Amino acid sequence: MSAQLLQFLLSGLTVGAIYALVALGFAIIYNASNVINFAQGEFVMIGGMAAAAFIDSGLPLPLSVLFSVTLATLVGLLLEKLAVEPARGAPVVTLIIITIGASILLRGLAALVWDKKIHPLPAFSGEAPIAVGGATLLPQALWVLGTTLATVAALWWFFNRTLTGKAMLAVSHNRLAAQLMGISVSRVLAVSFGLSAALGALAGVLIAPISFTAWDVGVMLGLKGFAAAMLGGIGSGPGAVAGGLALGLIEALGAGYLSSAYKDVFAFIVLLAALVFLPNGLVGRRAAERV
Amino acid sequence: MLRAENLAKRFGGVRAVQDVSFEVAAGTVHSIIGPNGAGKTTLLNLLSGIEQPDLGQIFFDARALAGKPPHLFAAAGIGRTFQNLQIFFNMSAAENVMAGGWLHQACGLAAAMLRPPRLARAEQRVREEARGLLELVGLGRWADAPTEAMPYGALKRLEIARALAARPRLLLLDEPAAGLNPSETREIDELIRSIAERGITVVLVEHNMKLVMEVSQRVLVLHEGRKLAEGDPREVSEHPAVVEAYLGTEHA
Amino acid sequence: MSAAAQPSASRRGFLALALIVALLPLALPNNYTYEIAIVVGLNAIVCVGLNLLIGYAGQISLGHAGFFGLGAYGTAILAARYGWPPALSLPVSVLAVAALAWLVGRPVLRLKGHYLAMATLGLGIIVSVVLATEDRITGGPDGMAVPPLWVTGEKSWYWIVAGTLLAVVWLAQNLIDSPRGRAWRALHGAEIAAGAVGIDAARHKLAAFVLSAALAALAGALSAHYAGFITPSRASFLHSIELVTMVVFGGMASTLGAVLGAAVLTTLPQLLAVFKDYELVALGALMMLTMIFMPRGLVPTLEKALDAARRKPR
Repeated sequence: MSAQLLQFLLSGLTVGAIYALVALGFAIIYNASNVINFAQGEFVMIGGMAAAAFIDSGLPLPLSVLFSVTLATLVGLLLEKLAVEPARGAPVVTLIIITIGASILLRGLAALVWDKKIHPLPAFSGEAPIAVGGATLLPQALWVLGTTLATVAALWWFFNRTLTGKAMLAVSHNRLAAQLMGISVSRVLAVSFGLSAALGALAGVLIAPISFTAWDVGVMLGLKGFAAAMLGGIGSGPGAVAGGLALGLIEALGAGYLSSAYKDVFAFIVLLAALVFLPNGLVGRRAAERV
Repeated sequence: MLRAENLAKRFGGVRAVQDVSFEVAAGTVHSIIGPNGAGKTTLLNLLSGIEQPDLGQIFFDARALAGKPPHLFAAAGIGRTFQNLQIFFNMSAAENVMAGGWLHQACGLAAAMLRPPRLARAEQRVREEARGLLELVGLGRWADAPTEAMPYGALKRLEIARALAARPRLLLLDEPAAGLNPSETREIDELIRSIAERGITVVLVEHNMKLVMEVSQRVLVLHEGRKLAEGDPREVSEHPAVVEAYLGTEHA
Repeated sequence: MSAAAQPSASRRGFLALALIVALLPLALPNNYTYEIAIVVGLNAIVCVGLNLLIGYAGQISLGHAGFFGLGAYGTAILAARYGWPPALSLPVSVLAVAALAWLVGRPVLRLKGHYLAMATLGLGIIVSVVLATEDRITGGPDGMAVPPLWVTGEKSWYWIVAGTLLAVVWLAQNLIDSPRGRAWRALHGAEIAAGAVGIDAARHKLAAFVLSAALAALAGALSAHYAGFITPSRASFLHSIELVTMVVFGGMASTLGAVLGAAVLTTLPQLLAVFKDYELVALGALMMLTMIFMPRGLVPTLEKALDAARRKPR
């Protein structure tokens, strides 16, 4: 395998892991509430920016990461309580505008609370590149891949082995039945938003050392994460991961071999193709209309 | 007029309709009955083009229709009402009926935007026709009312008026009497008779046995997606398999 | 949603709008306010078209700024790079965008709800990236200059835009009250039942999509010649969102609501210009609060309040 191809594959997988985390966030919220949370990307931004701010103020890296993820989780819970719950049952257009409004609001707040500059984050364990078969890999990339793997495993355990997790799955399969079984849909909604926010923030913290963070990184990351979720089949956890990795690879290979100027466009071409040609996504399922 | 041949439709593992064949003669009232889950609504969906059959064919006046989109079924002359009310809630009652007559209101996009006098006059006629249909079904005073304000029974009749606006030759009625009290049901009974008197062939899906027996010339019984029996109301009500599967306990 | 599109009520609204438009110049003190009025008018043209798509035909587009931007760049490129007279480049650009919308709309409109929203979003972003990247033709992110129309000056442009807006509103109101308009509203109300009365859903959705795209392109082309300079930000995702917000804020299924929404949401940031840094915060908060407390939009909510007040016993 040529060194160049290997390089593209490695960087594609790295950014793909980030997309996978964001996509998982979309999937979890969609499963609980049928809402596409357009503000998902802002959680990623909050993760990175808050961590940068905490580090600048003197806190050690691990604490900064912890605090920023917590902050994002709180923001997620607030969003659910203040914006999504009051509008439950509203038509699709309304919900879309609410979450888009939330993302614009969060971006504006970020610019005010922090600033509009680009912030780097220190790498978790040094910056010395590792040589892998003619290509180089940043240690941070290993953090990204490893943490994503661990997170996916933890989520699998959560959804399949814990009561809360199983309750969330129940709600996604049949909300009414879940309610009749005594499951509190409000709580499930809250947990889903909090969890997605945490995942987004984690992704933001992981990628910031490599590609830096700023007040507006959320837009593209959120949209691409959504494209990944659509590719894998919205509402499917494994699909989100598969979609994220696939999207990262397509983007890296496309930018490398076709056109680096149009790097951002690949995700949306993939999104369109997925929507038009793969109605059920790679793995997931779509709802059918019943008369 | 209508001939269904070996229709079959499955949803995942469920065989909603299996090997159903029957004929509907012009000018008759033909009922389809059967217990819940027998496949009646699915059959109507197939006959109106909303679902595509996995197997089989549908002939309307010798034209094969299976697999075509619903608006072509309507254009061929098949109209229908819906069990779970598909009213255009964003329009008034009169506008619902006017919208129903779309097939006879040919109007290009440019003409629609420019509104030449010819169109304005045609619109006036359409409006009057809609009011006429609303009177026919007994909803005259609801003409300009918002549909959200109308009671359930009125909405069921509105659906019929809307379907009639398309001037169908065959009308599929999906449980028109569901959820109605006895006096409202009698009104539906009379309405179906007056529709039949106008020469429109009616296919009726119903649970209300009294209504079915009084108004139909032929009855088709479905059970678990298959045709169980077919004949005139008396024959069917005495058919042993039907009695056992369906009517037995009810006719007691 | 208002029940009957009573012809007299919408005619009265149109006359009121015409009156406002005719008398407004008396109240505009300087060129800057004229400029705002012109921008409001251009946004309103897009919004009327977008409202036909969203409020009446019941579809959604999160990428309409893409059509606006293509209309702008179409006429700009034809006029500036190929020397076409604007009187020709403008209509050709609009027609080209309409044709593109027709091509793209057919596969995309098979989708519904969230999926349609995301597909249109993707299209809009692809357009804005292409416009920013193909800098040999478009001048890239820094934009390009556009030859003016044969008229210049704020006052002339005001009448051009005002006239176009009034024409568009009149055509839209006619359309809504026609059989075609009912067919579109039927699609929105209950698509399956619409099919059962012979309405070809795919064809009509496409028609609504193409018409609204053409109107957006028209506004875009006009804005290009007016401003004399365009940048890819005209096709940005944020612009698409602003447009949808204007429509929903004003009131879906209300042509005059769309105009009102455009007016309010175009002038509000100007008023808040003092707090330049708070622009995004204000926009986001406005979007959220409007949808949570006035989900039907301003005009229908006001209508309902007026109805309720009228019915109160004295």
